[in-house]
Amino acid sequence: MKFKPIFFILFTGAALYAKAIPVCHACEIKSIKEGIHQADDFDTLLIKKGRYKEYNIVVDKPLTLLGEDFPIIDGEDKGEIITIISDNVTIDGLFIINVGTSYTSDFAGIRVKKCKNFLIQNVVLEKLFFGIYLEKAGDGRVFHNKIIGDAVNEYSSGNGIQLWYSKNIVVDQNIVQHVRDGIYLEFSDNITIQNNSSSNNLRYGLHFMFSNDDVYTNNVFENNGAGVAVMFSKKIKMTNNVFRKNWGTASFGILLKEINDAEIIGNTFEENTVGINVEGSNRIQYRHNDFINNGWAIKVRGACYNNSFINNNFLYNSFDISYNSKMNDNVFENNYWSDYTGYDLDKNGIGDIPYRPVKLFSYIVNRTPETIVLLRSLFMDIIDFSEKVSPVFTPDNLLDANPLMKKSVRSPIR
Amino acid sequence: MPLPPLQLNRPMLKILKYSFYDLIRSRWSYVYFLFYLALGFVLLFLNNDLSKAVITLMNVIIVLVPLIGTIFGVMYFYNSKEFTELLLAQPLKRSSIFLGQYLGVAGSLTLSLVLGLGLPFVLYGLFRSEAIWDFSLLLVTGAFLTLIFTGLAFNIALSNENRIKGFGYAVLLWLFLAVIYDGMFLLSLIVFEAYPLDTFSLVASMFNPIDLSRTLILLKLDISALLGYTGAVFKQFFGTNTGLFVSIIMLFLWTLLPIWRLAYISKRKDF
Amino acid sequence: MIQIENLHKKFGKNPVLSGVDLALANGGIFAVLGPNGSGKTTLIKCILGMVIPSSGVVLVGGKSIKNNWKYRQEIDYLPQIANFPGNLRVNELIRMIKDLRQKPSNEEKLITLFGLSAFLDKKLSTLSGGTKQKVNIVLTFMFDCPLMILDEPTNGLDPASLLRLKDLIRQEKAKGKTILITSHIMQFVEEMADEIIYLLEGRIYFRGSMQALMNMTEQKDFEHAIATIATQPTDA
Repeated sequence: MKFKPIFFILFTGAALYAKAIPVCHACEIKSIKEGIHQADDFDTLLIKKGRYKEYNIVVDKPLTLLGEDFPIIDGEDKGEIITIISDNVTIDGLFIINVGTSYTSDFAGIRVKKCKNFLIQNVVLEKLFFGIYLEKAGDGRVFHNKIIGDAVNEYSSGNGIQLWYSKNIVVDQNIVQHVRDGIYLEFSDNITIQNNSSSNNLRYGLHFMFSNDDVYTNNVFENNGAGVAVMFSKKIKMTNNVFRKNWGTASFGILLKEINDAEIIGNTFEENTVGINVEGSNRIQYRHNDFINNGWAIKVRGACYNNSFINNNFLYNSFDISYNSKMNDNVFENNYWSDYTGYDLDKNGIGDIPYRPVKLFSYIVNRTPETIVLLRSLFMDIIDFSEKVSPVFTPDNLLDANPLMKKSVRSPIR
Repeated sequence: MPLPPLQLNRPMLKILKYSFYDLIRSRWSYVYFLFYLALGFVLLFLNNDLSKAVITLMNVIIVLVPLIGTIFGVMYFYNSKEFTELLLAQPLKRSSIFLGQYLGVAGSLTLSLVLGLGLPFVLYGLFRSEAIWDFSLLLVTGAFLTLIFTGLAFNIALSNENRIKGFGYAVLLWLFLAVIYDGMFLLSLIVFEAYPLDTFSLVASMFNPIDLSRTLILLKLDISALLGYTGAVFKQFFGTNTGLFVSIIMLFLWTLLPIWRLAYISKRKDF
Repeated sequence: MIQIENLHKKFGKNPVLSGVDLALANGGIFAVLGPNGSGKTTLIKCILGMVIPSSGVVLVGGKSIKNNWKYRQEIDYLPQIANFPGNLRVNELIRMIKDLRQKPSNEEKLITLFGLSAFLDKKLSTLSGGTKQKVNIVLTFMFDCPLMILDEPTNGLDPASLLRLKDLIRQEKAKGKTILITSHIMQFVEEMADEIIYLLEGRIYFRGSMQALMNMTEQKDFEHAIATIATQPTDA
């Protein structure tokens, strides 16, 4: 919302000189390409309701393409539909379908190529390969679009919103479904991803590669093939997101791989096979997250140092924490664990005996996955109990010395 | 009332009726019933969390129901020895007598379980809750386990004149199926981890009614995706209706086998 | 009524009956006697079908009892230990046995005879041994079957009840029934039995009238005759 005044000034400033050019089947100008050709800089193309069978539309001057009652732009599976190569372009209110599929080039519904100050909003994309593709773009905004794919195979489908070598971009209030990766970032820094819903995608709801200083907040990621993957990136802030129902052999809420200095705060992980899967990640703060009904709340797979887990709620997960080594360099403090059976004699709200979140059984399952079939058997309860009394296989310093007696209530993060 | 598999005849129904009446008037049925009632209320009204209650209940059903079925079955059988002899002198078929008694015991235990746990949950508002299917599955599995373990207990008692021995064997059987079997299962999984173990795990959990029930319930609760983790075979099997179907068939077999053997050895035994 | 041919029964390696041949005609009271462990109870249980013979044939009413249970409709059996399901009341037990046998019965007369009316609503677990035995007797005598088997019928009975029992047995005998009794009370046997069947080490050692027994053992009274029979080698 805070961007609005800037755009307002931009529009009004441009409008002083600009004119509106209507495009429709009965108008003087019958195609969008023709409209762009006729238009001067900062003009608005007013595209009326109708079906425009066009592709390879290149926007090479600062224009506004404004759709009236969602005109359909049908690419007829022939290739890319709109390519923006000029700064200061706005695309608003279009219905784009039938993007061509190719194994050699990444055709997109809308591609922004090496330009700045763009706005893409209220666009509906269906039957697509790639949806909105930002290539070396900057200072733009992707707002309130709806991207519904029909992806079946990973190899023959593209991503909903892709950012490649892009900077300072806001991705806000979009809905992305049934594509390969809902939102994909590669080499893109200072990106804000907020209030989006990314669900039912083949692979990841959100995917970071080699991108730094990004924020994603208030998004919902549901029922994606694997969840959200954050890889080889630094200083990512992940706050107030919801990760739900990422059920499957290799599924998780978040996969963290080679991530440093990130913050994971106020998120909810519910009914995922693994809530957070961490590999080679350091100095990450996990605070005020809720882990509810996951198979594993957190799975730590080696080489993770200086992480802190504070004030989180672990509720009814089959396993709270899984470690595959005897080493522990991470801190667990003041979390609430629903499996905690200790007492609080001094009534200070903190359990008097420490809680050990790593069960022997989770160690065994790490070693031999098939043993999961013995989950919740009496035998396992017995050996878990004996391990709890005297740890042999699990890191003996891995404990929450001050577990909470009641759920930690978080104040909303701003 | 569970449908007994062997032919139902009128004398058997009568014996069932009398054993059942006898049992539902005994102190132990009340203790058992009140225990479940108390458990249900405590879980629900102190915890206020239906799904956690269902998980705790699962642990209880997996461990306690078989134990109580076994102990109760053996106890009833030995305590009603003279009554049985009275019946044996009557113009009754032997199988009718023992099946009638068996169904009486298993029936009253099942009733205690279903009513004891059912009441608090119904009062709590089960019918308006999504947990009703999980809960029904719990009760169905509990009923199966009662039938199976009472049947096994009757078999043990019928084969052992000596009460102490009979009790010992019954407790051992429970211990074996509830704990030792899983220990051996785990060990073999770890020892042979280099080999594909899907089919083995599948078969091994089929051959223990406690494991089978546990797997069935876990499928509904939290394990379905976790099972996927172990590999395709297991998931394909338990994750589908076929798996559910086969599991239920196996539970039926586990129920029928002791009943069949009961009828078989009762025909050949001296009293 | 009863025909037994070459009946053998082993419990494990331990032979209990080794070749019993016995034919009982219709009518009369037969006392099965013998020292402890001689196979009395086993013999009776073979007839009742509670013990499965190792070999040999048992016919009741002319029919083999093997794999048959319907013949027991014609037998009234009084078991030795009258221990019933404790939670049932007396009238419920009577109703149950009636329900199971589906035969006409005259329990009211017997209940009055043994003064059990006051106990009808009592639970069986609260009854004394003697009262239980009376209930036991009611359950046995309330039906009208041609064969009666009474295992220690006098157990725990007071003198008055004992007299009534004897009367009952005599009445049944007068109806022409075959009655098989085991008892340790020799006086009772002497008073009631028409014929003695003496078992020893799994065989019928003696069968005949009391007079024949006394003649054989050269004893003046029945009790001594029974006491000596086992110790005196004879070729009966």
